[in-house]
Amino acid sequence: MAATTATRPAKTSKPNMSRMALQEQRWGRLFVAAPFIGFCLFSAFPIVFAFVASLSNWTGTNSIFANLNGFSNYIELFTDSRFWMTVGTTIIYMIGIPVGMILGLLIATAMNRKIPGVKILRTMYYVPVVSSLVAVAILWTWVFNYDFGLLNTIIQAISGKHGPNWLGNEFWVKVAMIIFMVWKGLGSSVILYLSGLQNIPRDYYEAATIDGANGWQAFRNITIPLVSPVTFYLLITGIIGGFQVFVEVSVMVTNGGLNYSAATVVYYLWDTAFKHQRMGYGSAMAFILAIIIFIVTAINFKGQDKWVKTID
Amino acid sequence: MAAKISSGGVQSKGSRALDKVLFVVLALGAVVMVFPLFYMIMCSFMTKNQILSANFSVIPNPWKGGMYSEVLHKGLFLSGIRNSLTVALPVLVVGGFTSSLAAFSFAKLKFKGREQMFLALLATMMIPFAVVMIPQYVMFTKLGWTNGLLPLIIPGLFGNVSIIFFLRQNLSSIPNDMVDAAKIDGCTFFQIYYKVFLPMMKGALMTQIILWFMGIWNDYLAPTIFVQSEKWYTLQVVIRSFNDQYAVNSNYPLIMAASVIAMLPTLLLFFFFQRYIIESMALSGVKG
Repeated sequence: MAATTATRPAKTSKPNMSRMALQEQRWGRLFVAAPFIGFCLFSAFPIVFAFVASLSNWTGTNSIFANLNGFSNYIELFTDSRFWMTVGTTIIYMIGIPVGMILGLLIATAMNRKIPGVKILRTMYYVPVVSSLVAVAILWTWVFNYDFGLLNTIIQAISGKHGPNWLGNEFWVKVAMIIFMVWKGLGSSVILYLSGLQNIPRDYYEAATIDGANGWQAFRNITIPLVSPVTFYLLITGIIGGFQVFVEVSVMVTNGGLNYSAATVVYYLWDTAFKHQRMGYGSAMAFILAIIIFIVTAINFKGQDKWVKTID
Repeated sequence: MAAKISSGGVQSKGSRALDKVLFVVLALGAVVMVFPLFYMIMCSFMTKNQILSANFSVIPNPWKGGMYSEVLHKGLFLSGIRNSLTVALPVLVVGGFTSSLAAFSFAKLKFKGREQMFLALLATMMIPFAVVMIPQYVMFTKLGWTNGLLPLIIPGLFGNVSIIFFLRQNLSSIPNDMVDAAKIDGCTFFQIYYKVFLPMMKGALMTQIILWFMGIWNDYLAPTIFVQSEKWYTLQVVIRSFNDQYAVNSNYPLIMAASVIAMLPTLLLFFFFQRYIIESMALSGVKG
């Protein structure tokens, strides 16, 4: 049937579409129906819902429309010092992004030379990436333990002094979280940079040596610009993920840490909506978070022409 | 960098020495990376007294495997494994099917609104889960789903956007003539997907499904929010609750043993399919 209709000119009500094309359209739409319905049910509808909810004093059990309060959730949010503190903490944790990128690039550059056992080394760096976040967060809670932890034992052995109270101090808990996140994510920047480096044609470096460039100059002027698409990808995904940190805080400290010093925006959001039943206020927070992520990502995409280069 | 240039011809003594130094540095770094995990395994075989003793040690003395059997005899732990698998299985089978079918359609079939629908789906990748979790929670509560695993299963059945995106990219390199040829052979559109394109994306689809399994297995935020009763806890929520419960009396060996088992499936999958997983990760990064 398909064969005959394909060759015959169509006689359908739609002038520009053959019967075959019309069929293709029908089946094509049917095939994408599932994800599209999923999109409507689990993304589009919830977003509209969240926006309406953010305009009300909703607890999850009362009526949204009977408790509309305009923009007062948003106004409250702007003066909520705890919210801004968690925004600050979330951004501080992002120090881990450039740290991970620099370490990742250095490690990948070293690996890209013909070094024996690269595959095994690569795997070792990557193992934390595929490990369960909850399990390794539990592990690191123990590593950071004040009295018996691995880290303080090493510090004691090297310096003879007792290490800091990693998870129980407002300053050190942030350092601990950054160390943990860099450890967890380093493997993926190594892998991505390594594949980026392998795409750089060898003759670029040969030409640079002929022109008298030294190793550092070649690295600075060839390697860094040509891996910039990877850097860009790591930056974007790092920031988007960085704004959504939750599990680490939830597992490694109790109730957001001492004076809430470890809590991130998403932790505060979860706390507000699900522990204190302030779902309307939580929705407003979620919306501000989405807007922040959107703006930062848009700025990144705008700025990319300035520094992201491609090989051809 | 300097070595790379000379690698084609004479390799200088200096650069070979540098390679040795770099190897040592890289190896040390790699040891630092895996040491916490190694230490975790060692701790799971120790006694409570050894872990809490003032003399730090890495090797268990004596070796005790008892924690593993204790963990595996806990009902909550076993139901955690069962629940995680109950979520993963239907999601991967049905969701893998809907995702690959949609990817085929987006890549190879022509229909009005195709680009707009695709963009709408892509946009969802940018939306933080935090934004939709509150409405989803209320929806699922109203439907009575939070008294079970449905909130974790149903959304997955509709497919996974990043898989659709990845497979669509993957199919775009295959010429469109394949579709026309199959049409002339009398294939229906579903047969074109099933007989022609599914076999072609099999490898990429398998890798994506493995990665998806890892994501489901390791997920924590959605299960904590949507799953109300202990009976339906997934494994990650279970080990988290063990951590709260047993840290009080410092039963760290038990916590570590439970965590090791919870990590095992994804680690094994990674070791077996390493090449494909790394390849697919690298691809998504380089393409942006």
